[in-house]
Amino acid sequence: MEVRGEDYHVAYDLETATISCSGTLRLRGAEGYVPIVRLLDKVADQQPELITLHLKGLRFLNSSGINALSKFVINVRNQKHSRLVIRGTKDFPWQGKSLKNLKRLMPDMRLELE
Amino acid sequence: MGVTYSGGKNTMSEIFGHFTKQGDAPAYLLINFLPNMLSIQQRWRNNGLSADFLADYWTSFFPGDDAASQHRQAEIRDAVSYIANELLENAMKFSYDMSKYPVSIGLYLFADEVRFYVTNSIESQCCGRLQNFIRELLSDDPDEMYLRQLERNAAEDRSGHLGFLTMLSDYETQLAWKFDPLLAHPEIVTVTTMVRLPTE
Repeated sequence: MEVRGEDYHVAYDLETATISCSGTLRLRGAEGYVPIVRLLDKVADQQPELITLHLKGLRFLNSSGINALSKFVINVRNQKHSRLVIRGTKDFPWQGKSLKNLKRLMPDMRLELE
Repeated sequence: MGVTYSGGKNTMSEIFGHFTKQGDAPAYLLINFLPNMLSIQQRWRNNGLSADFLADYWTSFFPGDDAASQHRQAEIRDAVSYIANELLENAMKFSYDMSKYPVSIGLYLFADEVRFYVTNSIESQCCGRLQNFIRELLSDDPDEMYLRQLERNAAEDRSGHLGFLTMLSDYETQLAWKFDPLLAHPEIVTVTTMVRLPTE
């Protein structure tokens, strides 16, 4: 499963249950994120034991994108079947600022910033 | 419909938060847009292009000579890009297209902060809803309000109201607004959003 746009790429690897987001995500409102949310919902519905969200290549995310990722985290939390790890980078300062709020939504989620 | 705005501003501004004028900034950069020729979908990518340009421009004022200053430069660049993009997305989303009133974004550099000023028109009848949200933003705890909004958006399958909340919660900014009715055009109000981003 993947969603590709002019400046971004979101892909799901079934074998490792890893979602990778890269590029710049500045899509327009909830409507712009529908294809990505659909992919995220499918992954949550498959209920893998451990889901990894790999964001090291994600240079920029606007607030509508933060909303889409939050929705996914809440979905996984509410299903109570999967553990969640988010891997990010300190190279993009926004990740340190914004991703910590995802952990507040799901406290047993693991957030790794390298 | 063409409208001339010169001298049309009412003096009865409405202020929310600690709004301060631009003053004597040692450096500033202003961009004005009249974007209505294209649909909002067609011009959406311009928000990001402008935000990145503004962010790159200011890196010259925060040179990265060593590791610590390089880190600071990256932090400021990232924050300016995020905030400018969110402000422009809002301005484009809520501008009253029929008014043909330009959108402007200005960044002003001060010793310990960068100030953003974004002005756009809105329809007078939309003021109440925006002002109610602003009152809530200024009186509530932004971190708690942000989490509540994320839960609400997920439950109601929508997005919105997160731009200002992320600026407050993640970037430690201060926000204020000025509303100016246009005397000659009572259906139009201009709103200026001010964001103070600490750089020290």
